[in-house]
Order: sequence, then structure tokens, then C-alpha cells
Amino acid sequence: MNKHVVVIGGGVAGMEAAGQLMLSGCRVSLFEKDEKPGGHLNEWFKLFPDRRKSSEVKEYLDSLISGEGIKIITGKTIEKIVQDKNQFCISDKDGSEYTADAVIVATGFDLFKSARKEEYGYGIYDNVITSADLEGMFRKGSITLVDGRTPETIGIVHCVGSRDEKMGNLYCSKLCCVTAVKQAIEIREHLPSAKVFCFYMDMRMGGAYYEELYREAQEEWGVNFIRGKVSEVSESINNRLVIKSEDTLAGKPLKMQVDMLVLMAGMEMSEGGLKLADSSGLKRGDNRFFAPADHHFGSNKSNLKGIYYAGTCTMPMNITETISHARAAVLDVVEYLRENKE
Amino acid sequence: MKTEGKKAIWKDYQKEIAEDKYYYVRSCVRQNFFPGSETTFLKIMRDVLKKDVFENPCHTTCTGIGYHGDIVPVETTMTVVARQFALMTESGYENLMPSCITSFGLYTEILDTWHHFPDVEEKIRKQLRKATCREFKVPKNLAHSSDVIYKFRKEISTKAKYRLINKNTGEPLKVVDHIGCHYAKMFPSKGVGGAEYPYVLAGMVEEWGGQVIDYPERRHCCGFGFRQYLIQANRGFSIACSKEKFESMKPYKPDMIITNCPGCPMFLDRWQYVINDMEGKTYGADGEGIPVFTYEEVAGLVLGFDPWDLGLQMHQTDCEPLLRKIGIEYDPEAKYVLNGVNTNINASTYLEVR
Repeated sequence: MNKHVVVIGGGVAGMEAAGQLMLSGCRVSLFEKDEKPGGHLNEWFKLFPDRRKSSEVKEYLDSLISGEGIKIITGKTIEKIVQDKNQFCISDKDGSEYTADAVIVATGFDLFKSARKEEYGYGIYDNVITSADLEGMFRKGSITLVDGRTPETIGIVHCVGSRDEKMGNLYCSKLCCVTAVKQAIEIREHLPSAKVFCFYMDMRMGGAYYEELYREAQEEWGVNFIRGKVSEVSESINNRLVIKSEDTLAGKPLKMQVDMLVLMAGMEMSEGGLKLADSSGLKRGDNRFFAPADHHFGSNKSNLKGIYYAGTCTMPMNITETISHARAAVLDVVEYLRENKE
Repeated sequence: MKTEGKKAIWKDYQKEIAEDKYYYVRSCVRQNFFPGSETTFLKIMRDVLKKDVFENPCHTTCTGIGYHGDIVPVETTMTVVARQFALMTESGYENLMPSCITSFGLYTEILDTWHHFPDVEEKIRKQLRKATCREFKVPKNLAHSSDVIYKFRKEISTKAKYRLINKNTGEPLKVVDHIGCHYAKMFPSKGVGGAEYPYVLAGMVEEWGGQVIDYPERRHCCGFGFRQYLIQANRGFSIACSKEKFESMKPYKPDMIITNCPGCPMFLDRWQYVINDMEGKTYGADGEGIPVFTYEEVAGLVLGFDPWDLGLQMHQTDCEPLLRKIGIEYDPEAKYVLNGVNTNINASTYLEVR
């Protein structure tokens, strides 16, 4: 085919799309803003539901994009796409320009900035951390408090920045519940004597084997699940975290102390994606993610012909869904390029 | 605890506070609770800071207590507030400065409601016109009087005679700052520092030499809570709220409490006496109570005003140990002297929590 396709974003979706495009006979330029591809996968330790190492998925994606037909350009942030007939001019932050016959936008998501939920004290209280911070600890192989001690009681707060009207995010990030369950089990694996309490609104375990994982967490690992949102966090004189919540099943307010509190940060449209949308005329939905042309029949299509979406730049997705979405985007691109041979 | 995190939040919650020409509206209850505070505020504003502060004697209650007590309907409240705005407009002022936190919260709520529902504002204008033939402009600037003292905290510091420092140890006094619930919990962007980590009083304390304590029940209600106290059957809940706070702050050994709401100093002060009387418990160091102040009283103290002119003899939790800790010169014998007459009654010493 010998057509040139630019893929913007070198996370799971971008890597998968680039690899599949190459296999379809396209020349591909894969742009990644960070120094290496992989996106959030680089930060994670193990994946749900089977707790396989994230590095295994990364290895698969790395091998997929290692062919000669893919040029990987890292450390470059793409800021604008301009269409000129059947060609696209893509410019980066430094003003360099690149041309392409089609574009796949795979700018992914940003984790919700947990400091915005001021009542939880992230960035203020030493031992309030995020799910991403905890993955960092898993990678290092030790879960410790700021003073080096081992936590005995750990709280996990679901839905941080998700289903939260005050934060402007009405949508469910979909993956935080299962991440919380996975991380609760991993905490117990690392620290068998630790007590773990998950504070949830609803348990949304909609993926394959999620519900089974939830059951395993309770039956085999003794994780406690409390239906109620944490309303505020403060620090006691001995540096423990005092949390207030309501156990809505028991119908009682609840106040307890934990050593560490983990915030399950939700997913938001990436800042890079927001800029790209505004500069390039790409439509966004009320949830600020890129708006697909049709949620049923065109979830990869943008409002501009020749520009397609892959992965979590359109909505929260797990890795399995992201890979499928990226492959579907490639099918759309190939069809578009066939229609626009000239 | 990382103070950088708090500073980042404080930066996000800065509000515009007028520089001069204030229309001051007093609180319904403060003059009964702590009668020296509003007088002290006016003295500081006019005599120390040389600001133009105007009061209109026709000003009435804002109905805030009735509104939050589910007694006064919102339309009535809005019309009364519209009349306050009309008085301000007729007086030639644009910068509204309420003394009461609940009034401040109510004015903020009404202005926000009118912003989102202009038809409601128009309806209230008609009602006010029909009832009083008055017209009004909405305030150009709305700031609580503690916002204004916060704004001029550095000027007060430069004129200060005393600092919030223990003269025996040279250490900053440990201060609990308690913010009225209606200050920023409803509209975080309208309070200095926001709702979760308000800076309005903390900024004064830091500027005047003290150190603010962050304790677990910092956000908890003082115990007034309107329905908790105003409905007699709920008063046990009121004192339970205050006790919860005292128990939480006690390990930090606070030297004093500073407040910016009419009800908070009243309940934090009086309930300490009651708890002491019921259970023999005190919460300050050395078995004493924790003295509770309004921000005007604290500003007056650092400026060197006579403690008895500030009305500190009206407190039930004794303030004198703190005066001695700071090194404030005062005459203990003049505590109850009014116009040369000693008005002391036996009950007053009985009420002190030592």
C-alpha cells in the first residue's frame, strides 16, 4: 500500500495500532511525548484480572513495533493536525512538521489529579497516596510509609474523580473498582498481616473474571469492603490518618484510623488530547474525551475524515478493550486509504 | 504533613477584598456574646488603619438564623437582604462587609442564586419596591470582616505591641483556628484559602507570630449548628460536638483558639465551662481551659489594647493565663471596673475555667 500513517501517542493503543498498520502494509510514524513508548503500562506492576506482569504486555507491544516499517519518534508532543485534501500536516510543539495520508489519535488518558479532591489531603498528608503511587511501591517490592515503617491498616478509596459532579466527571472510570480489588489482594500478598478496607459507592465489576476476583479478595484475602464514600481525611498527632465515612449498609457514620490511604484515581481526557482537539477541530463529548462519530457504528471515526481514534482517548477502557479498539481503528484506516488511493 | 500542598491550595482560593470605603453590617448576636469585638473592629479599622467604615442604624437582622432554622422562607429572607442592599446603596457605599459569618454566607448564597436565576432577583426587586419603595444595587465587593483583617494583617503586624509568642520560652503560641461553617463550606471560592484548608485566620496567626495546629476534628462544627442548640432537645448534641473538638485538639496542647463566627467562640468558650462543671475535665495545658478569642480580640491584643476594653472579662474560660504567657501588661483589678465602678459579681469568678 505504501501509504504513510501517523499515530499520535505511544501507549497501548498507539503501539498496537502502529504494529497492525505495519502488518497491513503501511509506513508508520509513531509519536510519543515521553522518552519511551508504553504509556501508563510503564508505571504499572501487575494487571487485572489475572495479575500477570505488565511487562509481559509491554514486551508483546515492543515486539509488535520493532519492525522496519515503523519509525518511533519519542520526546515529541504533537499539537496540531491540519488537513489539506487527502494529506495531513502534523506539527509538534517545536514547530517541526510531518505529513501523512491518515492519522490515528491515541493520546490516551491522564489519571485524575487527586489533589483536586482537597478533602482527601493528597499532597498534604504524608501517607495519602494514589493507585499509581502504590504500583510504584509494588514495582520496588516494598510498601512503606514515609517514615519507613510498614503500614498495618490500609484504606482504599474508590471513585476518586469519577462519578463526581463536583469534579465535573459524571462518568464512571470503569476500571478503578477492579484495580482496587487487585491492589487490595497485592497488599495482602506483600503484607499478610495488614488489614485492608475498601470504601466504595457500588462495586462495578463488569469485565471478564472481575466478579470472581472480588469474591477471591473477600474469601481468600480477607479484604473488607465498606459501602460508603470517605468524606474527609485528616492527620492525627501520631501521623495516622483519621478518615470519616458512612457505612451505608449498617446505616451508621464511621470514623477510623489507617496508616495509609490509597486513592483510586479515575481517568480523564489527557491534557495533550485536549490541546490537540482544540487546535485541530476535533469534537469532544460532554465528558471531554474525543467524541466518536457514532458510538455504535463508528467508535473509531472522528468528525474529520482520515483522522481516527484508538483507545482511551475516547472513553475509559481496559487493556483488552484498548487493543481491540486499536485494531478496529486500523481497519477503518485501511478502508479509508483504499478509498483514497489518489 | 506537607505545607507546600496547603500553600498550593491557598493560592487557588484568593478573593478580591476591597481596599477602603466599607459598609459594615453588625451581627444580631455578637454584641450579646462578645460585646467588645465589633467595637474593637471599628477602632482598628478607623483609628489604626484609617479606613472609611460606615454603619447604617436602620440595618436589621438578615434573618440568617431563622432561614437556617427552617423558620423564615427563602423569599422573605431575600427581600430582607435586598433591603440591606438598598440601605447600602442609599448610603453611597458599594463594599459590603458583614460582621456575621452566617450573614456573609447568606449574602453570598443570595447573590449566587440571583446570578444563576435573574428572574428571582427581578421578583425580589418588585417585592422590595412594593413593600418599601426602595431600589438597590448589588454589592460591588462582598467580604467578611475577618477577610478585611486578613487583608491588613501585615499592617497590623507592623503596628503590633505584642506577638503570639510565649515570652518564657520564645516559642510561637500553638493556636487552633476555627472557621465558621457558613464562611466557605457552601462557596469555597468565596473564602480565603477555600473550605478544606481555610487560610483566613491561619494567615493572621502566622503573621502575628503564632503557629496553627492542624488537628483531626479541625473541620468539625463548634456545636452551635443552629438546630443543634436552638432546639432545646438537641442541646446534648451541641455540647457533644464541642467535646469532640476539644478531645481532638487536646494532645496538641493548644494555647488558644481563634474564631471568626458569632456562635463558635460562644460555644467553644461556654461549653468548656459546662464540661468542666459536669465532668471536671479541662483541655488546656496545666489543667486550665483553652481561652477562646474572636479575631478582633486577637488583633486588639497584639495591637496592645487593654484586655478589659476588648471585653475579655466576658469570657467564661479565663484568658488571663494567656495574657501572662504573652507578657501583656494589664491590671487584674480593673477587670470588672466600668466607669470607675467595680461591677464584679460573685458568679463571674465561679464561671472561670482554670
